[in-house]
Amino acid sequence: MSEGELGRKWDRCLADCAVKLGAGLGLGIVFSVLFFKRRTWPIVLGSGMGLGMAYSNCQQDFQAPYLLHGKCVKEQ
Amino acid sequence: MLRVCRNVSRAVAQQCLCGKAPLCPLQPLRRYATHGESGGSAGKIVGVSLLFVGGGFGGTILYAKWDPKFRQNVEQAIPYADRVFDVTLGPAPYVLPVPKKPGQLQIPYMSEVTKEPKQSKQKGKKSEPAEAAPAPTLEEEQKLKESSVEAGHIISAIGEALSVPAPATHEGQREQEGEHKHAAAAGGEVCEKCEESGHKDLPTVKERPPEEVAARLAKQDQEEQEKVASLAAILEEALGSTARVTLQAIAAQDAAVQAINSHSMKLKEAMEETEASVEQKSSQWRDLEEALNERSKTVDEAADALLKAKDGLEKLRGVIDDAKQANIARAKPQIRSAEENLHNMLVDLDNVVKKVQAAQSEAKIVAQYHELVAVAKEQFQKELDSITPDIQTGWKGLKVSDLAGRLTTDDLNSLIAHAHRRIDQLNKELAEQRVRERQHIETALAQQKMEDNKALEMAVAKALEHYRAEVRLDQDRKVEEVRELMEVEMRTQLRRQAAAHSDHLRDVIKVQEQEIRAEAEQELAHKLLEQETHSRRMTQEQLDNFTLDMNAAYARLKGMEQAVDSHAVAEEEARKAHQLWLSIEALNYILKTASGDKPTEPLDTAVQVIKASCAENEFTQTLSTALPKESLSRGVYSEASLRARFYTIRKLVRRVAMIDETRNSLYQYFLSYLQSLLLMEPQQLKPPAQLSPEDLDTFKLLSYATYCIEHGDLELAAKFVNQLKGESRRVAQDWLNEARLTLETTQVVSLLSAYANAVGLGTTQVK
Repeated sequence: MSEGELGRKWDRCLADCAVKLGAGLGLGIVFSVLFFKRRTWPIVLGSGMGLGMAYSNCQQDFQAPYLLHGKCVKEQ
Repeated sequence: MLRVCRNVSRAVAQQCLCGKAPLCPLQPLRRYATHGESGGSAGKIVGVSLLFVGGGFGGTILYAKWDPKFRQNVEQAIPYADRVFDVTLGPAPYVLPVPKKPGQLQIPYMSEVTKEPKQSKQKGKKSEPAEAAPAPTLEEEQKLKESSVEAGHIISAIGEALSVPAPATHEGQREQEGEHKHAAAAGGEVCEKCEESGHKDLPTVKERPPEEVAARLAKQDQEEQEKVASLAAILEEALGSTARVTLQAIAAQDAAVQAINSHSMKLKEAMEETEASVEQKSSQWRDLEEALNERSKTVDEAADALLKAKDGLEKLRGVIDDAKQANIARAKPQIRSAEENLHNMLVDLDNVVKKVQAAQSEAKIVAQYHELVAVAKEQFQKELDSITPDIQTGWKGLKVSDLAGRLTTDDLNSLIAHAHRRIDQLNKELAEQRVRERQHIETALAQQKMEDNKALEMAVAKALEHYRAEVRLDQDRKVEEVRELMEVEMRTQLRRQAAAHSDHLRDVIKVQEQEIRAEAEQELAHKLLEQETHSRRMTQEQLDNFTLDMNAAYARLKGMEQAVDSHAVAEEEARKAHQLWLSIEALNYILKTASGDKPTEPLDTAVQVIKASCAENEFTQTLSTALPKESLSRGVYSEASLRARFYTIRKLVRRVAMIDETRNSLYQYFLSYLQSLLLMEPQQLKPPAQLSPEDLDTFKLLSYATYCIEHGDLELAAKFVNQLKGESRRVAQDWLNEARLTLETTQVVSLLSAYANAVGLGTTQVK
């Protein structure tokens, strides 16, 4: 069902986000613990990166059906 | 021997341990080979010998199979060979004895009889002249020529009485070659005799059942044999006795001839030797007397014997006549032979009698001569006595010198004178005699002629008699022959006549048959014709009636058929319409089977049914093909489900209303979601009759669609939803498709049902 497609997309997106966030967080924590003397910025960085990646992926996913890479000239 | 071999081999092996190993095993082998060889040679010898024996055995058997004569020889030579041959080859083939010469015919009961005579030399002598001389007359001439042969003939007639029929039968067989009855009586054994009379006799003999024929023939044979045996016995006895008597007579006659001859010889001697001494003379005269006595005795005996022989011959003749009257075919040869024997005996007797008579006539001449001489001497004596009475009688035997002493000169002178006178007288007589010589000679010749004539006549008469008898016998024989021939001919003619008669009968019957057949056929044809015409008329009538009925029935049938057809057609159509309606109803029903969110069952089966039920209906066909494939395979969703789904769609569509084809970031998504939360519009808006571009707003469209849905107008709703753009459209795409499917399906189905209703209405209006 096409109406379910959206929902699925959102699910994927969230899942991906969660994963990436978690991964980023984790990495951040690791880095922060290992290399950056327990500072928070790697964690944040990591989580941010994770989120960002997730966001980007999500967006990509939502745009996937069209896959228009061309420039679209907006009508004025 | 083997142990020795083994030791030797061991020694050899020990010797040639080094390098000569291959030799060692060979040597014992060689020994064994030689040992075996000797055994082999013995075996070979045995085998070869067995082969030879077997080959010989097999060869003899094979050749015996091919040549029956060889088989007979072997059977005779080797005992029990006939058994072996019977086992291997079967019984010996019966060989009919083929007649090489007419004289060598073999007849069983005759052959038994002829066995002994065959071995005798005399029989051989007889058979040789018998076979050499084809005609019986020649044989008899030969017999007449040689008296020894005659004697032998008669001696054999006595000594081997059984063989008497044999030589005659040889002659008789030749005469009986044409005798058909004899052949039939004797069966197949005598078939050779029939070879001249015709071969048709053989099939007639074979046509009868052999056992019956054999029995009958055996009985006939038996009876005939008995009769013949008895006859033969009688004949033989008579022949034997007469032969004996005749021989005796002939012997007596011969003795008589001898005696007469000796007497006449002695007489001649006595007559000639006048100068012998007295004692010699007297002894001579005594001998002469004795000879005379003997001669008279023998002559008497001969005469007696002749009488007896003649009696015997008469008896034999009587017996033969009796036998002739008995008239048995088989005994005929015997009778004939007896007759011929009788004839021969008569001839012999006559010859001997002739001889005796000749001797006697000679003796008579000598006696006459003797008498004459005696008379002359007496006369002389008387004259001398008258002249010289002193001289004693009986001085003839004395010598002249003795006489000279006794007589005186006177006596001598008177004697001389007497002698002179006597001489003169004798001279005169001699002169007379000389003169009368010719007359005397003539008279003597005449006398001689007369006597010769007489003798000739007698001889001629005798010969004629004999000849007559012979001729009579011949005639009898020929009569028999001719009778047999005639019988045979008559039989053949009768047969021919019978055949001709049967042919004639057959022809007559054939002609009659044809006539009758023609008549019958004519009658039959006539009757048939009548019957035919009658039947034809009847059938014609029947046909006419029938045709009328048939036509009427046919017409009615046609009418009925038409009615029925039209009925059937109408019913068919009605049925079809009904079927169509049913199938469409089924389709309709299927449409209603949607439960909840599940689609209906696939419409495929119903469509198939429709297609099957009304295959010739183009409308339905086309329509059924117009159904969308998804509806066939998967079924369609019901309106209710679609309606429910629409609300979900609506929500989603509201959320993504701002998302179009171009900018689709998540931010937009968020914004659109926000918009959906904030924007309020009535859930249901009545759609205007015409749409303006403003109305193409998502929310408005949704409202319109909701309104339509709520009012059951799925089509319009679908149309409104169709106007969505962007992501909302994408979200609603599926719904749209489903809605479209459903709409299509329902459209088609409604068309079909309308059609079915129309058709049903159409069909039902026939009444």
